[in-house]
Parts: sequence; structure tokens; C-alpha cells
Amino acid sequence: MTARIVADGNRREEPAQGAPLLSLRGLVKHFPVRRSFLSNETFSVKAVDGVSLDVPPGKTVGLVGESGCGKTTLGRLAIRLIDPDAGGIFFEGREITTLAGEELRRLRLGMQIVFQDPYSSLNPRMRIRDIVGEGWLVHGIAKGKALRERAERLLMRVGLPADAADKYPHEFSGGQRQRIGIARAISLSPRLVVADEPVSALDVSVQAQILNLLRDLQDEDGIGYLFVSHDLRVIRHMCDIVAVMYLGVIVELAPAADLFREPLHPYTRSLLSALPMAGGGRREQIVLAGEIPSPIHVPPGCRFHTRCFMSKPSCREQEPALEERCAGRFVACPYA
Amino acid sequence: MANVTGANSLFLDTARRLSRNRLAVAGGAVILVLAVVSVFPTFFSGADPSRIDTANMLASPSSVHPLGTDKLGRDVLSRMIHGAHISLQVGFISMGIATAIGLLMGLCAGYYGGWADAVISRFIDVMLCFPSFFLILSVIAFLGPSIVNIMVVIGLTGWMGVARLVRAETLSLKERDFVAAARAQGAGDGRIIFRHILPNALAPVLVSATLGVAGAILVESGLSFLGIGVQPPTPSWGNILTAGKDNIESAWWLSLYPGLAILVTVLGYNLLGEGIQEAVDPRLKAR
Repeated sequence: MTARIVADGNRREEPAQGAPLLSLRGLVKHFPVRRSFLSNETFSVKAVDGVSLDVPPGKTVGLVGESGCGKTTLGRLAIRLIDPDAGGIFFEGREITTLAGEELRRLRLGMQIVFQDPYSSLNPRMRIRDIVGEGWLVHGIAKGKALRERAERLLMRVGLPADAADKYPHEFSGGQRQRIGIARAISLSPRLVVADEPVSALDVSVQAQILNLLRDLQDEDGIGYLFVSHDLRVIRHMCDIVAVMYLGVIVELAPAADLFREPLHPYTRSLLSALPMAGGGRREQIVLAGEIPSPIHVPPGCRFHTRCFMSKPSCREQEPALEERCAGRFVACPYA
Repeated sequence: MANVTGANSLFLDTARRLSRNRLAVAGGAVILVLAVVSVFPTFFSGADPSRIDTANMLASPSSVHPLGTDKLGRDVLSRMIHGAHISLQVGFISMGIATAIGLLMGLCAGYYGGWADAVISRFIDVMLCFPSFFLILSVIAFLGPSIVNIMVVIGLTGWMGVARLVRAETLSLKERDFVAAARAQGAGDGRIIFRHILPNALAPVLVSATLGVAGAILVESGLSFLGIGVQPPTPSWGNILTAGKDNIESAWWLSLYPGLAILVTVLGYNLLGEGIQEAVDPRLKAR
């Protein structure tokens, strides 16, 4: 991983061939929480605790993990919706960690997000054309009649009727609303879209339609996705590369095919053991003991040792680094 | 037209719930009648409200003077109708001032947080510490009673409720995904505040503004009753009431009707305000 760090110096140059679209380097985000109103002790939720990850152009990188493992926070860090406490974010070879003001606004043209909840992600007081066309308006790309026409074309592209442009969000179903959210995300022709659990609020029958729409758009426009999900079936369907997160760190990173065929990290193995196998056979079920520990009090050493079925005494002492095991496969466990 | 159905169905839904609430409809009807009367006072009252008729002082209600006359022989009905204009004007404008300040303060505190929130919130606390009626009394006593002063002072002392309401709404709205989406699209703070947060925070403000009109009318009546509100000969319900109290034993109508007018108006606004609240947020009815 470290070998692929993009140097800060070449920010004006075109990214080299094969260079990642997005690079995250050692990202850290802690949210301070105060225990009680009267005490001054402060704790912090270590939502993202040192994550490095690359998204190649036109590919889909999946982020999978239990709720509270920091995947949503990482997605929002990647497109600068929240600011990291440490680490670097590089987009198309250029460091964007501290961009602000007009530069940050212009950066928004290249990276967008699709949200999990199709209800809270659309402003109930705005017409659909104003929702999907907001980017055009604020960047001076189109307004008035031109905006309306572009909005109608865009809506048809995501499989909605053109007259949806004049309606309000409450007139649509969850799946249709998610199409509107996707239309908004692609309205500025971004190279990167963070899909934050884009189908987990939808019915299974609608999930497939939305996933196929996302894939079609990727094929047509070459969009790179950072695809956040807790649903392994969705990840397997969508992703080229999968990163497994546990308590704010990546514990395994591998091409999707390899990961699903042969998971290495004990956490990944336990997650996958819950999935039915492609051939109809069955893996041995690995049932993890206990709950995921609080991200406020992260266990010392390997974060997973409290629930690991392979845990050894040494696991409590030193946190294992994410190391390359074989080509493209990274694991943070010395015993895997 | 196809493109209005969307806007309307959200609005119509609320309107339908409101129209099923009989008390709110009654309150709304009272306000509507008063509004029409106060906008065209001369149309509804034949008599000149300032014409002194010493031959008919303290006349009891009759066909010529339906609500009698006061101690200078002026027609009480006519004075009441012209007074409605003043009272409603004071109510609306001071509520408008209070709502505008409250919106601005609440949006700033809620959206920017940090020290802006700390400063504004403490300022609200300080303002709430003053017993507002006595604050108004002393300021008016100092500046002199004029309708403009009264409206401004009532407005400047009545914005804290709106500000707190808007601050709380803003705090919750700014965490919603559509605000994050707007930021991701490249929208600036001003656009996010006025296009995304404000329209979604307006419903409770509307309710509080409606109740605020009632409160402002009461304060104005109180000030006028104490003699430092609207000054005679300009009629307002408060000063008609206070002029009547000297003769309450012989001419009860002088005090009864302005009192009733204040009661009915304030009740009307409160009923309408609560009706809107329930219509906008049906869950509140369960309370």
C-alpha cells in the first residue's frame, strides 16, 4: 500500500497511468463525546482510526463491516463532507485534504454521494428538477428552461418519467426516490461516487434494479464507486475490490473474487460463514462471541481479539499491521 | 396544471386537516372578519370616531349608537372598529419584527454553532430574564408612547421564543442528508440556510407567529389601558377600555365591548394557531 502513495509534489500533472482515482492515506477521525454534563472527562469515538485505501478509476471498491465500524464516516471523509483529524486524501493525484472555499466547491464537480435513506436525502420542499439541478445552478452550468430540460433528460436516464421534474419528493416511492438521489449524484458527471448503503433501505426486489442502474451508469460514464454496505450479497454483486472494516480499521483488503473464495482474516471468515455458498454447499458456521466492542474503548492490541476464535495471548499486545500476503491481498492478522 | 399538483397536495393535506378542526375554523373566521373590518373601517362605521357630541354623553346602546357613546358622546362602535385597525396593525407588525429577528438569530445559532450559538443563546437567556411587560413599560415611558415605538419595542422583546424554536429546528435539519447532499453539490452556506433549512423550519414558526399576534395585541391593550400605549384621541381597544372604567357603574358598555373584543380576538388567534400546529404535525394531537 505505502508503495503507491502519490507524492504531493505533482499536483498539476495528469495522474499517471494506473494511478488511483482516490487515495486515502492513514485517515483518522475521532468524534469527541463528553461522558456527562458535569464531568470534564472527554472520550472520543474512534470512528476511523488510520485507514489507507485506493479507488481505481471506473472500478468499485466495497467497504463492508458491522454497523458502527466507521464505514459511513470513511465515505464522508473521502469526499470532504467531514474533515479528517489526520491523514491525507488524494483525488486524481492531487492532495485535497485541506482544500477550502472556492477550490473545495470546484472539487465537488468531481465527487458525489448517494445516501442510504431516500427519505431524508431529498428536501421535501423542493421540486425534483431543483433537487437534481442544484449543482448546475450553483456552478453556473444551467438555469431556468435549460435546467429544466437537462433535468428531464437526466431523470429519463435513471429510469424516471420526464414529468417527474415538476413533482415533489413525497410523490415517489423509496426506489424512485433513490433514483432521484442517483440522478443528483451523477448530474455533475463525477468521476467518483460514494454510495453509502444505497440499497439497504429498499425492498429486495427494488434493490436489484437500483444496483443494476448503478452498474449501467458506471459502464457508460466510467464512474469509480466507493461502495459502502453491510450486506455481503450486495458487495459480492457490485464490487471489484473489497475492504473489510472492523472498529475503524481495515482488517482485510482483497479483490472481491479472491475474498469471497478464500477469506483470510478470522473476522472476514466469520462474516462469510453466514453466507450460503455459490455451489450450494455450506461453510462451517463461525459464530462470534459477544457484541462489537464500543469504539470509545477500543481493545488494546488486535481490535478483534476479544471475539476472535483464533485469539492467542500475543494478540492483546501488538496491533497487527495490514500486510500484503500475496498479490493484491492484504490482511491484518499474522496467524491468518 | 400538472406542475402545481405537487405543491398543492402537501398544502391541501394540511388545509384539509385544518378545516376539520372546528375550533380552528371558528378562530380563523373571527380573524378574517376582523381583518376585513380593520382594513375598511370607514365602510363599516357610519359615524366619525372622533366626533364629540355633548348632547349624547354616556348614551346607552340604541339604534343610533348600537354600542352606546362614551363620556364625550363619541360613538363606541365606530371607535371600536377604528381601534381594531390599530390593534391588529400593532399585533401584526410587532409579530413581524419579532419573527424576523427570531428567524435570523435562530438560523445563525443553529447553523453555525460554536461561539455564535453560545453568544446568541446566552443573549436569549438574558432577554428572557427581564419581565418583558415591565421592560416594555419602562422603555415606552422613556421613549414616549407612539404607535411606532410600541410596535418596535414589542417586536424587540418578543423574538426569543421564535429564535429558540428555529435554533432547535435548524440543529436537527442541518444533520439531515439533504443538507449534506447540497453541500456535496457545492452549495454555499447562504443557499443551504435559505433554500434548504428555512423552508423546512417554517411550519412551527407560523404557529408561533399566529400565537405571537395574540400576545402582541394583549400587550398593546395592556399598555393602552395603563395610559402609555396608543394615545387618545386615536382609538385602540385598550384605551377605550381604560376610558370606560371611570364610568363602569353607570355605563358598563364602555368597558364590556372592548374587553370582549380583545378576548375574542386573542382567543381566535390562539385557536387558529393551535389548529395549524395540529394540522402541520398530526402527531401532536395525541398529547
